[in-house]
Amino acid sequence: MAKTVEGLYYSESHEWVKVEGNVAVVGITDFAQHAMGDLSYVDMPEVDDELEAGEEFGAVESVKAASDLFSPVSGTVVEINEELEDAPELLNQDAFANWIMKVEMSDPSELEALMDAAAYEEMCANE
Amino acid sequence: MEENLLKTCLYDKHVALGALMSPFGGFIMPIQYTNITDEHNAVRNRAGMFDVSHMGEISVCGPDAEKFVNHVFSNNVAGMEDGRILYGMMLYPNGTTVDDLLVYKEFEPDSYLLVVNASNIAKDHEWLCAQAEGYDVNVVNESDSWGQIALQGPDAERHAVETLGLPEAAALGFYTYYRKDGMIVSRTGYTGEDGFEIYASHEVINEMWDTLLAAGVVPCGLGCRDTLRFEAGLPLYGHELSDEITPLEAGLGMFAKIKDKDFVGRDALVAQKEAGLTRKSVGIELQDKAIPRAGYPVEVDGVQVGVVTTGYRSISTDRSVCVAMVDKAYTELGTQVEIRIRKKVFPGIVTRRRFYETNYKK
Repeated sequence: MAKTVEGLYYSESHEWVKVEGNVAVVGITDFAQHAMGDLSYVDMPEVDDELEAGEEFGAVESVKAASDLFSPVSGTVVEINEELEDAPELLNQDAFANWIMKVEMSDPSELEALMDAAAYEEMCANE
Repeated sequence: MEENLLKTCLYDKHVALGALMSPFGGFIMPIQYTNITDEHNAVRNRAGMFDVSHMGEISVCGPDAEKFVNHVFSNNVAGMEDGRILYGMMLYPNGTTVDDLLVYKEFEPDSYLLVVNASNIAKDHEWLCAQAEGYDVNVVNESDSWGQIALQGPDAERHAVETLGLPEAAALGFYTYYRKDGMIVSRTGYTGEDGFEIYASHEVINEMWDTLLAAGVVPCGLGCRDTLRFEAGLPLYGHELSDEITPLEAGLGMFAKIKDKDFVGRDALVAQKEAGLTRKSVGIELQDKAIPRAGYPVEVDGVQVGVVTTGYRSISTDRSVCVAMVDKAYTELGTQVEIRIRKKVFPGIVTRRRFYETNYKK
């Protein structure tokens, strides 16, 4: 059973958001890494990229397939987790401890459209 | 959807092993048992086994068998010795590909076995029957009565001889086979490693699977079958070959004997060769770790000049590589091209289509 973490926001496309002030720390969920299997590449956004909520910002890739990543919030990318460029397997080891990007939010009210852990778990149970 | 999918005789074994099952070529097939990388490495370093019972077997026999097979097959079966195997294609009159296949010269006169892709069994059988008009031959689709295991890897010979008790296997040269007790043992494969493809009844195939499993041979799914054949430069119908691609464009002209004999599609290939190819299949290596995948555009100066047909982060070489069908002007080795991957373009250079040195027994 894939785990979730309380206190985070979750998107329908299996990203999680941890809020630190005005910054959204974004990663993929344990459910997502489990569904993808061993990851061999993370296609990262670049710092200063302007993202709209719901916009594709990169991808995670296993041997077999690529899965697009969608930004849960609008804003500007302020930092990316460069560790993942050489070690995508970190997402398999702990999807919640290894974030992908940090976004300076332009509209924090967008967080209200995301799910909490309980609602996300329910959605996954029905997939 | 799922209820229309065919099951191979080893279906229950895959389910019992907890394989991830997925549709392929009309069958429900194992994609992986553990993960693709471990299964891939098992074949490269030790021995792996694949359920390839979904492949099709069509027998052709009768007084005109040699003449007929040579009429539909791009390679030349004239004078082929018993126990020999040839790779080649069946072509449409316009030179594009009906299927790629192996032809086994049987140990009886005027008798051949054609081994074809699962997804094309019905199409190939119909094609052969339509072409057979005027030839004194009998074309029989035997696919339902054969099971097949591909035993592949450097330890394959030891397992064939010791684990399965098939001492004759050790003496087989590459692309030869023997028949015994209703079974075919063939030194062929689709991985770039030494190995065997063993055809037998459903019952015998099930026994062999259990015996090999107990001896530590790693069950391998179609996931690593694709990464292995791709690294070895072997084409997959529907990707590197199709009803829109000729063998010349695919870089497989050596299997189309246009100088030696006539066959369906030959005239089109001769004309294509005389006119000059407009596109060709090449390898491309990226400098970046980004992974080129089937369908991604190949570009030069922002203009599309081709399309990726298969691509991976190659497991055995840890390089991002692909095979692509590219406009002829960009097919010289070392040519700089770009591949569009989602929003970005990544520089790459044209290479050979084989990314891994094969280890066949000669």
